[in-house]
Amino acid sequence: MNFLLVVEWLVKGFVWALVLLGGFAYLTLFERKVLARMQSRIGPNRAGPWGILQPIADAVKLIFKEELTPANADKLIFTLAPVITVVPAIIITAVVPWGPSLDLFGYHLNLYIADINVGVLYIMSIASIAVYGIVLSGWSSNNKYAMMGGLRSTAQMISYEIALGLSFVSAILLAGSMRMLDIVAAQGGYWFHIIPKWFVVLQPVGTAIFLIATLAEVNRAPFDMPEAEQELTAGYHTEYSGMKFALLFMAEYTKMIAISAIGATLFFGGFNGPFVDRFPWLGPVYIFVKIIILLFGMIWVRATFPRIRYDRLMAFGWKVLLPLSLALVFITAVGIILAQQVNSRLIAVIPLASLLVAGVAVAMIDRTLRRKDYARR
Amino acid sequence: MRVVEPVVELARGLWTTLRMMFDKPVTVQYPEEKKPVKARFRGRHVLKRYDNGLEKCIGCALCAAACPADAIFVESSENTDEERYSPGDRYASTYEINMLRCIFCGFCEDACPTEAIVLGDQYELSFTDRRQSIYPKEMLIEPVPASGKPTPQKTEPGVYTRSVPEMKDP
Repeated sequence: MNFLLVVEWLVKGFVWALVLLGGFAYLTLFERKVLARMQSRIGPNRAGPWGILQPIADAVKLIFKEELTPANADKLIFTLAPVITVVPAIIITAVVPWGPSLDLFGYHLNLYIADINVGVLYIMSIASIAVYGIVLSGWSSNNKYAMMGGLRSTAQMISYEIALGLSFVSAILLAGSMRMLDIVAAQGGYWFHIIPKWFVVLQPVGTAIFLIATLAEVNRAPFDMPEAEQELTAGYHTEYSGMKFALLFMAEYTKMIAISAIGATLFFGGFNGPFVDRFPWLGPVYIFVKIIILLFGMIWVRATFPRIRYDRLMAFGWKVLLPLSLALVFITAVGIILAQQVNSRLIAVIPLASLLVAGVAVAMIDRTLRRKDYARR
Repeated sequence: MRVVEPVVELARGLWTTLRMMFDKPVTVQYPEEKKPVKARFRGRHVLKRYDNGLEKCIGCALCAAACPADAIFVESSENTDEERYSPGDRYASTYEINMLRCIFCGFCEDACPTEAIVLGDQYELSFTDRRQSIYPKEMLIEPVPASGKPTPQKTEPGVYTRSVPEMKDP
């Protein structure tokens, strides 16, 4: 452990935190712009050209706003909860590599903050901690709406974490490692010189489950149950104002970026892309583009689908996603064994069987929803 | 057994929102860009003039009588040929409309015998003080047309004796 290494870690951590926080600010602008365009509006365009100063205006407004603490709130936890929510959202991406090693001015620079051999496990555990912040903020506000929002959020996040974890498992199985760098390395190369060896090709249904479960994990529409405005005024952050509210808001959007980065790494090839082995600086560019595309997808889904009912959300999580993702883990394992023992071309079993199972699941959901007694309930 | 249709339905929803992204936004950038109002729009009142520059208003205060909100105040004075504001005997020396009271019903327009008061197309009527809500005659009267002279005019005696003009199709 030399001094230079410590400096390198500090600089990388600082830069990445800044990227996340700046990204959060501009993600709000991006979301408002995209939503506006999808609704035939223009979106914020008054603060600076194309509204690029809007996040700064929002930040200044939030900083100068009065901070209220409800009289009967648990003051310590009420103050602590936003912090507990923000910190996991920022540190969760520490294991995500955003490029291969780079030789910069004769200095060997690794473009990741931490390289742990259980990177995926780290992500899962940090994601679970994020629930605490939300349930504590809901509980400590001493407000029934906030309480309901916090409880819903906990139930939802815990339920969908299982499906999320199982969709991670298929990526882990395919790569044969829990280390993020190994997972990225396993996705390098091409089939037939055209199709990239990304896990989204091998496990399309697993990727779909990941994308659905992440929407529920970060409380985004159509699973934004904890903050269902029409039912719960604002859910767990009803009583929050000023900078504390900004922290909760920041956590939500930082989690969106983080989960997009994780998804890009696990299923969309991470920093892999054409010519990345020759020009290592292309790695960060590729992962950035992939993150932007995934974020656009999240916003797109929000603009399109209405919020689903709470009982159906739970039913979908437990009765559809959980069995389906368990089946996918089984299929992936069988496919890998077949490819190893019989013929490496049999890896094609994984996507085909997965799509078959997913088709069966869709047909069953469709039949259930068409049943008259279910529709009336 | 429907397997493809539910997925297609979801994709159709997504396709609709994506297509709308490339539609022209319907937003009007208001202070810079203003949409023209309809022909029968009832905006702020305008006091009209004849082509020669004389005011149409003769100070009869029928508009004030017709006003259901009691927003109009008119005080009239005598015209002379030396100092003529409008045809006929009298003109409005004071003409005030309280825009806080006005309900833009247009009854004043209907009551006016000389078609002097017209509800125009101006709708930006914001003010920051209650006193500013009273619009005096100077704000309401339209500018002098190019063919006319400003009031008061010095006119030949015996020409402008009729206060209500002869109308072709009243």
